Amino acid sequence: MNVEALYQDIILDHYKHPRGRHLLQSPAGESHQVNPTCGDEVTVQVSLDADGNLVIGYEGQGCSISQASASVMSEMLEGEGPRRADEVRAGFVQMMHSKGEAEPDEELLGDGIAFVGVAKYPARIKCALLPWMALQDAEARAGIVVDGTEDGMARA
Amino acid sequence: MTHPLDVARIRKDFPILSRTVRGERPLVYLDSSATSQKPTSVLDAERAFYETSNAGVHRGAHQLAEEATEAYEGARRRVAQFVGASADDIVFTKNSTESLNLAAYAFSNATAKAVHGTEMDPRFVLAEGDSIVVTQMEHHANLVPWQEVCAKTGAELRWIGLTDEGRLDLTDLDRIIDASTRVVSVVHQSNILGTVNPVADVMGRAHAVGAIGVVDASQSVPHMPVDVTDLGADLVAWTGHKMLGPTGIGVLWGRAEVLGAMPPFISGGSMIETVFMEHSTYAAPPKRFEAGTPMVAQAVGLAAAVDYLDDLGMDNVAAHEHDLAGYVLERLTEMRGVRVIGPLDNVDRGSAVSFVVEGLHPHDVGQFLDDRGVAVRVGHHCAWPTCRRFGVPATTRISPYIYNDTSDIDIAVKGILAAQNFFGV
Repeated sequence: MNVEALYQDIILDHYKHPRGRHLLQSPAGESHQVNPTCGDEVTVQVSLDADGNLVIGYEGQGCSISQASASVMSEMLEGEGPRRADEVRAGFVQMMHSKGEAEPDEELLGDGIAFVGVAKYPARIKCALLPWMALQDAEARAGIVVDGTEDGMARA
Repeated sequence: MTHPLDVARIRKDFPILSRTVRGERPLVYLDSSATSQKPTSVLDAERAFYETSNAGVHRGAHQLAEEATEAYEGARRRVAQFVGASADDIVFTKNSTESLNLAAYAFSNATAKAVHGTEMDPRFVLAEGDSIVVTQMEHHANLVPWQEVCAKTGAELRWIGLTDEGRLDLTDLDRIIDASTRVVSVVHQSNILGTVNPVADVMGRAHAVGAIGVVDASQSVPHMPVDVTDLGADLVAWTGHKMLGPTGIGVLWGRAEVLGAMPPFISGGSMIETVFMEHSTYAAPPKRFEAGTPMVAQAVGLAAAVDYLDDLGMDNVAAHEHDLAGYVLERLTEMRGVRVIGPLDNVDRGSAVSFVVEGLHPHDVGQFLDDRGVAVRVGHHCAWPTCRRFGVPATTRISPYIYNDTSDIDIAVKGILAAQNFFGV
């Protein structure tokens, strides 16, 4: 594993051309997360649309890994239901804690699998996870909960 | 007259420098401001202590206890001699952070005790209307403890700002340090900017208004000759692990009269004079500030580190680093898209050089350097307000020491260029 393998083209592309990077007018929930060891920052906002799907806003400053991760996350989860977001997030977190040895589920994680190499660098795992933790916190602040007993209905 | 360091010979004394990292890359260690590497003589001294003389110090009537006590107190004398001090004025702590907290807690503890009727030296009793002065280039270790003191006592925190070049802006010094000022705590050499501050001038102003003067010398004692009595300070803090010594051992030097007026920080065994159920009296410094079993082996290791540095000669160490600082500045300033954060002229500056690369986050620069075996520090260097002052979220820092030469800097520069190429910036 060398550094070029760490910085997959997908990561560089999202870093240079972030998708969906904007803030919402009146988000239902917002979370500002900081990585205190390096100063990376990300703000993630969330609301639910009329169909109960996620509307995501974000902005931030930091390394390529943290900012690309925010972009990938926003692209993958925008318009998805909270239950799907939970599943993808769980898969992403699991991959990041795999020490880079897991075979990531492309069907579940899409472009997110590009981050599997980051899991080999302990100091960078938090960079990749930062926006995902921010979204989880923003959802909690918005009162978005996934009720496991009610067939994936999200209640705001 | 200084003599150049024989870097090739020095490197042989540091086993870790011969290892490879990230595959088969030779290690290029440029992160000595975070922690220095340790020569074999320091490791041997610690090991020899444990193998021959390990015992509790300052107690016990057996031979090992005597030898351990002599090793510990001998280390104190050796460290004192290194900085032009008397051994009684040298307090061993865990690290610089603890040394600075020891100083800060003297104020909050004295204030709390005075409220409940204990007679305390008035210089350490704070109230609303008092001020504490630091600078905008402090390591968090010399900022956060003073914020805590202010929160506990009602004192106001003030700071000396910085010029765009990264030096203290002393224009308003007499307004910032005024009659309300009770403590002035200033870094000698900045860990992030490399700036060497005119601490004696600032301490002079502190004493003119009757304030206690504190100097954070964590980055100066390892890198230049320092006589603590020349700094004009009352208290000076530094640490062992940045000067070839072990982790877990730091130092607070204090003027005897000031240390003697300070209440204890951590209390318990070893720091007492007499103990009754109702109350206790305390030992004289330095023991008053060394509660519990001290770090004996680490003190012995630190003394060995001091021996190593004295053998090289601190004048020679400083001259070597001055040359390296000049080379780092020259190489970085000729690079496209690289901006040095800190003084560009190689005057009153150490060899730690921080920089940012346009279009590249320091984390990504550090990753590319790491891939080439180059160890540097990235982030805010525990000086977040300093980063904000210069409008950067973080920096990359090259910090060489006695075992580095210009070839190490060249490898780092190549790594930065590679990162720029890869990211297309």
